[in-house]
Amino acid sequence: MYGILISFEKAFELILSLNRELAGIVVLSLLVSGAAIVIASLLGIVFSYVLAFRRFPFKGFLTNLLNTSMGLPPVVVGLFLYLLLSRNGPLGFMGLLYTPSAMVIAQIILAFPIIAAMSHAAIVMVKPNIRLAALGLGATDIQASVAVIRDARYGIISSVMAGLGRVMAEVGAVLIVGGNIAGYTRVMTTTIALEYDKGNFELAIALGIILLLISLFLNAALFLFQRKVYR
Amino acid sequence: MNIVLKDVSKSYNGAAALKNCSAMISKGIINAVIGPNGSGKSTMVRIASLLEPADSGEVRYGGSHAEPQNDISFRRKIAVVLPGDSLFNDTVFNNLAYGLKIRKMKKALIRERVTELLEKFQLSDKSYSSIRTLSSGEAQRVAVARALAVKPQYLFLDEPTASLDPVNTGIIENVLHGVNTERGITILMVTHNMFQAGRIAGRIIFMYGGRVIEESGSSEFFANPGHEITRNFLNGKMVW
Repeated sequence: MYGILISFEKAFELILSLNRELAGIVVLSLLVSGAAIVIASLLGIVFSYVLAFRRFPFKGFLTNLLNTSMGLPPVVVGLFLYLLLSRNGPLGFMGLLYTPSAMVIAQIILAFPIIAAMSHAAIVMVKPNIRLAALGLGATDIQASVAVIRDARYGIISSVMAGLGRVMAEVGAVLIVGGNIAGYTRVMTTTIALEYDKGNFELAIALGIILLLISLFLNAALFLFQRKVYR
Repeated sequence: MNIVLKDVSKSYNGAAALKNCSAMISKGIINAVIGPNGSGKSTMVRIASLLEPADSGEVRYGGSHAEPQNDISFRRKIAVVLPGDSLFNDTVFNNLAYGLKIRKMKKALIRERVTELLEKFQLSDKSYSSIRTLSSGEAQRVAVARALAVKPQYLFLDEPTASLDPVNTGIIENVLHGVNTERGITILMVTHNMFQAGRIAGRIIFMYGGRVIEESGSSEFFANPGHEITRNFLNGKMVW
């Protein structure tokens, strides 16, 4: 028990002293997950809109595939991406393996199905008259589409938050394609796994606390936003 | 410009909603469309207002062919109030401002016009309320005000006062009558209320079975209906 308390004490010391290593890991984590979530959101929202409003072959199959992909195991994504990006793989010439870019790609693959499927659910719940109402007020096709997405914004924002939660907490895929290289591809979750293996709990606990605080902050922001909207 | 529908047909999943329907919507007056449920009134509104294309036939605005793919500047002369709940999930102010924002009007002008309409529709105290908090009468007033905010030359309303009490109905009728008189805009309004049609419309279009059975000036229509189906309908007999 005493050992745990000591570890927590040292962890708080690391946080409060703004330890350089700790700060670098947190910043890289936020950059990688932030870039992934922005790209996955753009792709996911456009895809969900197309899925909701356009007719094309195999739409039902695609919807099922998307819903199934929400539970993609990160290690499997990491493994396939590794095979694609490794030197002998089809995309090996790009030299992306063990770079932050590979980690961003892995996180996009994990976040995209969540954002697209949940946004799709939010968009199909929008009143059917909304698109026509926008057109009836002089909107162009694109403006009418934006009006529909805007009407579904609370569901879409929830989907983005869920996607962000997924990628921030993810460890398997980024560990495989990022390589957990100190100062280059080492992020919060991979550091926690590594430091735990080494029996060095202070840094792991400090990063765990920061992860939880980020999660708490995002959820609080979502709660306040939704409360403002649904009041 | 009069709006003319010539031999317009439209089907949904094989079911015909309009069958070679021809009609004239007269310029500068309130035209009321009446008829039993399923007679094609709402389909006619969507096609005449260029929200939907016809399967066949033609829509003409003042002699010129018109369709949904028309230039946006032409479509922006038209505003439509759809039946039921079609308000954006936002505040009353933002609903009224929508048509002006997409026209890239200046903020001050948007505020001025929206404020003026809120007063006209007795909604000033609801400006920053979410549409979720409105009564059905208030929501319908917002829908009509939102369409008028863009100062259309052609206004289409599909049952704008359905299930509203006399007070809310009166507010909407007064404003429609006012803008029609002041600006001479062309209005086409679907209604099931014969008294309302007689009160505010200058011309009546009676539809039955996807076609226009009869169209004439309001007083003539009610005083001397020419078609047997129209007479039966006006006398409250089942015509379907």
